Amino acid sequence: MTTILKPTPRVTTEVLTTPERPKTPRGRTISRFSPGRAVAWLYIVIVLVVTVFPFYWMLRTAFSNNYSLIRDPGSLLPVDFTWGAFARVLGIASQEQSLAEGGSGASIEILHFLLNSVIYATVQTVAIVFFSTIAAYAFARLRWKGRDLMFSIFLAALMVPGILTLLPNFVLVKDLGLLNTFAGMILPTALFSAFNIFFLRQFMLGLSEEVEEAALIDGAGRLRVLFRITLPMTSGPIITLSILGFITAWNDYFWPLLVTSDDSVRPLTLALAVFKQSSPQASPDWAGLMAATLVAALPMLLLFLVFGKRIVNSIGFTGLK
Amino acid sequence: MAITASRGTRAAKSTRIRGRGAINSHSPAHRHDGRLAWVLIAPALVGFVVFFLYPTLRGIYLSFTDFKVLTPPTFTGFDNFVRLFGDQVFWSSLGVTVYFVLLSVVFGMTISLVTAVVLHRLTSNTVVRGIIILPFLISGVVAATTWSWMLDSQLGVVNMLIEQLTGEPILFLGSRAWAIPSIAMISVWKSMGYNAIIIFAGLQTIPPTIYEAGRIDGANEVQMFRRLTLPLLRPILAMVLVLTVIGSFQVFDIVAVTTKGGPANASNVLQMYIYDKAFGQFDFGYGATMSLALFAMLIIITFLQMRLMRASESDTN
Repeated sequence: MTTILKPTPRVTTEVLTTPERPKTPRGRTISRFSPGRAVAWLYIVIVLVVTVFPFYWMLRTAFSNNYSLIRDPGSLLPVDFTWGAFARVLGIASQEQSLAEGGSGASIEILHFLLNSVIYATVQTVAIVFFSTIAAYAFARLRWKGRDLMFSIFLAALMVPGILTLLPNFVLVKDLGLLNTFAGMILPTALFSAFNIFFLRQFMLGLSEEVEEAALIDGAGRLRVLFRITLPMTSGPIITLSILGFITAWNDYFWPLLVTSDDSVRPLTLALAVFKQSSPQASPDWAGLMAATLVAALPMLLLFLVFGKRIVNSIGFTGLK
Repeated sequence: MAITASRGTRAAKSTRIRGRGAINSHSPAHRHDGRLAWVLIAPALVGFVVFFLYPTLRGIYLSFTDFKVLTPPTFTGFDNFVRLFGDQVFWSSLGVTVYFVLLSVVFGMTISLVTAVVLHRLTSNTVVRGIIILPFLISGVVAATTWSWMLDSQLGVVNMLIEQLTGEPILFLGSRAWAIPSIAMISVWKSMGYNAIIIFAGLQTIPPTIYEAGRIDGANEVQMFRRLTLPLLRPILAMVLVLTVIGSFQVFDIVAVTTKGGPANASNVLQMYIYDKAFGQFDFGYGATMSLALFAMLIIITFLQMRLMRASESDTN
C-alpha cells in the first residue's frame, strides 16, 4: 500500500489517516449544524442518490416479470419477483418460459460472452502493463544512445489524438487476416501505451538506486535486477495501471465493434449493445436487458468491492501526475 | 484513446525532470545497457510504429483517396475535402457534436467541481468517494441501456415522476429537441464522479496554511474560493477540461445504444457519422477525411485550451 503512494505521500496519507475530524480540511472548526453545512450535506445526498439509483433500478427491473412491469412501472420493489430474466439471458429458460414472462424470444449466450470479455480484458491488460514496465525500466535505469530522443517521441504520442488510427488500423487488421480473432482485438493496444510507460518511468526514477547498484556489484545481471528488485518495488503503480487498464478494456466498445462481425470472440459489452439494438422497439424485454446489464457490470462491481479504496486513490493519483 | 491524448499536459510538464540516473554512465554496470535497452523497448516500439505512427500517416494519406476497402485506394487529391465542405450532414453533425460537448462541459465541469469542493469541506470518507466513482466503472453501453430504460416514454421511472408533476411525459431519446440533452445527461452521470475525484485529489494538495493566510487577510469563503482555490486548481481543471472536451468530441457508445443518431440526424454526432460512412457504406476514403478534420479540431482545441488556461504553469511553484 505504501509503495503506490510514494511520489505524493501528502495526498494519500491524509486520506488514510484522517477518517473524521472536527475541523474542515482548511483547518477551521465549524459548528456541526450550521445551515451551510446542512445544505452541503443535502447536496451530497442528492448526488449519491442520483448516482446509485440507476444501479438499484437495474436490480429491481432484472428481478421483475417483464409483463407485470407494464402494470406497475413505478413500483420501487420488483414486480412479481422472479429469477426468470436471469434464466433467459443465461439461456437456461425454455422458449415457453421466456415468452410467458415477457421475453422477446431472443436470448444472449451470456456465459460465452463473459468468457470472451475475461480473455480479452485479461490478456490485453497483462500484455500492456508488462511491455510498458520493461520499456519504462529501459528509460529509467539504462544508459543508451538515443534514449532521450526515443522518450520524447513516445511522449509526443500522448499529445496526438488516436482518432486517426481507427480506420487504418481496421484495414491493417483486416489485411493481416485477423478480423474476428482475439489477436486482432488485442494487438493494437497490447504493445504500446505512452501513458503507462511515462507513469512507470516517473515512479522508477523516484526509487533509490542503491539496492540495484548493490545487486549489480554482487554480480546479478540486469534482467535479474529488473525482475527481482525493480519490479517488486514498482508493484504499487503496476497494480494501479492494471486495474485502470482492466476497467477500460472490459468496457471497450468501439474497437471490438469494428473488428468483430460474429459472436465467436465478441466481448460482453458489444453483445449487450447488439442485444439492446435487436430487442423489439414496441415492447422490449426490459427485465432481460437489465439482467444482462447487471451481469456485464457485476465483475466491475466486484472489482470495486475488493479494490474500491485503491481505485479511488489511483484515479486521484493518476490525475496529479 | 481520448484519454491518452490529453494526458500530454502532465507529460510535457515532467520532461524537465530527466536524467536523474545519469550519474553512473561510465560505470561498468552500464556497459551492455544499449543492447538490452533496445530489447526491452522493442515491443513498445513495434506497437508504436505499427499501430500508431503508420496508421496515423496512412490515415492522412487515405483522406486524399477514394477507398472502398475491397479495391486499392485511388488518389483523388482534394476531392474529399471539397465534398466535405458541401456536405450538409457533416456540418449538422459537427453542430450536434459541439452542442453535446458544450452541454457536457458546462454541466459536467460545474457539477464535478461543486461536488469535489463540497466533499472536501465535509468529509474525507473514502466510501462516499467510492460511491460516486461507481458509474465510471461500468461501460457506456451499460449506462446507456439502463438510462434508456429509465427514460423510456411509457414505462420509464423518470417519466413516471414527470407525468405526476406536469401531466405529460417527455420523449427524452425519441424527440429532436431532447435527444442530445438526454445523451449529455447520461454522459455527465457517467463521468462526473471520475472528474470529481481528480479535482478532489487536486484540492488535497493545496496547503491549508494558504487558507489561514487568506483568513487573516479578512477574505470570506467566496473570495477564498475565487482567489485561492480556483487559481491553485487551474492545472488540474485544465486537464479535466481537456479530457472532457476530447472525450465528448468522440462520443459514440452512448449514442449507438440509445438513438443510433436519430431521430432524423438530431443526435448524429461526428463519430457516429464517420462510422456510418466507413462501415455502413464502406466509404473509407471519405471516413478518413472526416477523421482528419476531427483530428485537426482536437489538436487545435487542445492547444488553445492549454494556452488559455496556461496549464503548464503551476501557480503553486
